[in-house]
Amino acid sequence: MAVTVKTFASASEAAGALSSDRTARYLGGGTLVMRALNEGDVSISTVVRAQDQALTRIDASAPRITLGAGVTFARVLAERDLAFLHAPARSIGGPAVRNMGTVGGNLFAPNPYGDFTVALLALDATVAVQGGFGSRDIPIEEFLQARERQAGTLVLSVSCTRPASSEAFRYRKIARIKPKGGSVMTLAAHLPISGGRIAGARIALGSMAPTQIRARAAERALEGRSLDAATIAAAASAAIEGTSPSDNALGSAWYRREVVGVHLRRLLSGQE
Amino acid sequence: MSKIPLQFRHNGRDVAIFVDGGTNLLVALRELIGDMTPKFGCGQGGCGTCSVLIDGELHLSCLTLAETVAGRSIETLDGMKQGPNLHPLQRAFADHFAAQCGYCTPGMLMAAKALLDRNASPSRDEVIEAISGNICRCTGYEPIINAILAATGGRVSA
Ligand SMILES: Cc1cc2nc3c(=O)[nH]c(=O)nc-3n(C[C@H](O)[C@H](O)[C@H](O)COP(=O)(O)OP(=O)(O)OC[C@H]3O[C@@H](n4cnc5c(N)ncnc54)[C@H](O)[C@@H]3O)c2cc1C
Ligand code: FES
Ligand code: FES
Repeated sequence: MAVTVKTFASASEAAGALSSDRTARYLGGGTLVMRALNEGDVSISTVVRAQDQALTRIDASAPRITLGAGVTFARVLAERDLAFLHAPARSIGGPAVRNMGTVGGNLFAPNPYGDFTVALLALDATVAVQGGFGSRDIPIEEFLQARERQAGTLVLSVSCTRPASSEAFRYRKIARIKPKGGSVMTLAAHLPISGGRIAGARIALGSMAPTQIRARAAERALEGRSLDAATIAAAASAAIEGTSPSDNALGSAWYRREVVGVHLRRLLSGQE
Repeated sequence: MSKIPLQFRHNGRDVAIFVDGGTNLLVALRELIGDMTPKFGCGQGGCGTCSVLIDGELHLSCLTLAETVAGRSIETLDGMKQGPNLHPLQRAFADHFAAQCGYCTPGMLMAAKALLDRNASPSRDEVIEAISGNICRCTGYEPIINAILAATGGRVSA
């Protein structure tokens, strides 16, 4: 079925068009929207696009970096200042998907996707959105919890603070098909160290619940401690708390629960 | 619903067509321009046989909204041969028996071209990575990898 495509020069016009039409869907890279159209998804009757340069801007020089929602993974990989985000960007799809898929679209990608978002969640990112009534910043965790209700709002950009060192931020995607493949589970850890102790631990998990989640019990096990074997063991055994994975072709819920602690232990101890 | 006028470059020639809203580039190329070299495999981004280059970058034409290529340059397998001669990659695919049923071949060649255009002497791992979005249902990956390496002058295992 043919759909109406509306192309706007500015993000705010596109946001206006999105918020006033329940059947409208924003087109980022299109990797998921076009798939839905190809499959005959009749819930989409309007596709909204914006050609606003602001949506593809990368600001990577300052300690706080900002990525426009329309920035592709290939562009993240081409940016030396974004080295800390290269592992998550590289873990997505094949080269064509990385040339097309965007940071903004990843925030909405359902399981087994949304890998980049796991990294952003561990980095306490902020999501800038524009609704019918102007723009605002939302903490990414809040954004994800209300993701189902975000229809009608346009994501403008995401921003986060650069980790202090490459040791402080770790990412791992568990997949059956390498080098590409959907996520059995995805883990990211941000472990800022202050005076030899972890201060502000963040552990984020993908494919372990309907949306990406923080592993709060594991974070508590790490907080205020040094990253030694006992601390890692405590965090690993707490990793399962609060998760509610489901079964899919890549793995069963049971399997995911069984191995989440193992993968967190490996991530925290720097094991391959 | 009205038709949308669309102009872009197709293998070095300007084309002008009318598309329906929501038409994907694969359908536009095959049904409106008559270029049958990009294949339809899945329509979901999963197989890569519809791969084309858009402004030199590898994209999946089945997941590209046709309208988004206005004013851009598309390369498909149809434009790959160099006059009467095959492109070195095509020659290497033929010489190294890299096609069985041939269904994945157009996408494999586009993915390989995207790689070689920016990296003239890739490693084996880089070749594997470059074609990782392309499925060969005949599972003939080894000859394909060897053919791509051969086209770069790289050493090929028997
Ligand atoms: C073969 C294949 C493999 C893949 N592999 C992976 C993978 O390994 N890991 C992974 O995480 N993902 C993967 N994906 C999923 C997808 O490509 C990515 O998640 C990508 O980031 C989605 O971005 P997009 O711009 O293409 O989204 P689109 O398809 O354009 O949009 C997806 C959703 O997000 C909404 N949206 C997009 N941008 C905005 C915005 N700025 N504001 C508001 N809403 C917006 C759309 O309306 C739509 O609902 C894969 C997809 C395919 C087809
Ligand atoms: S037809 Fe486009 S990826 Fe399969
Ligand atoms: S040769 Fe048959 S699909 Fe690859």
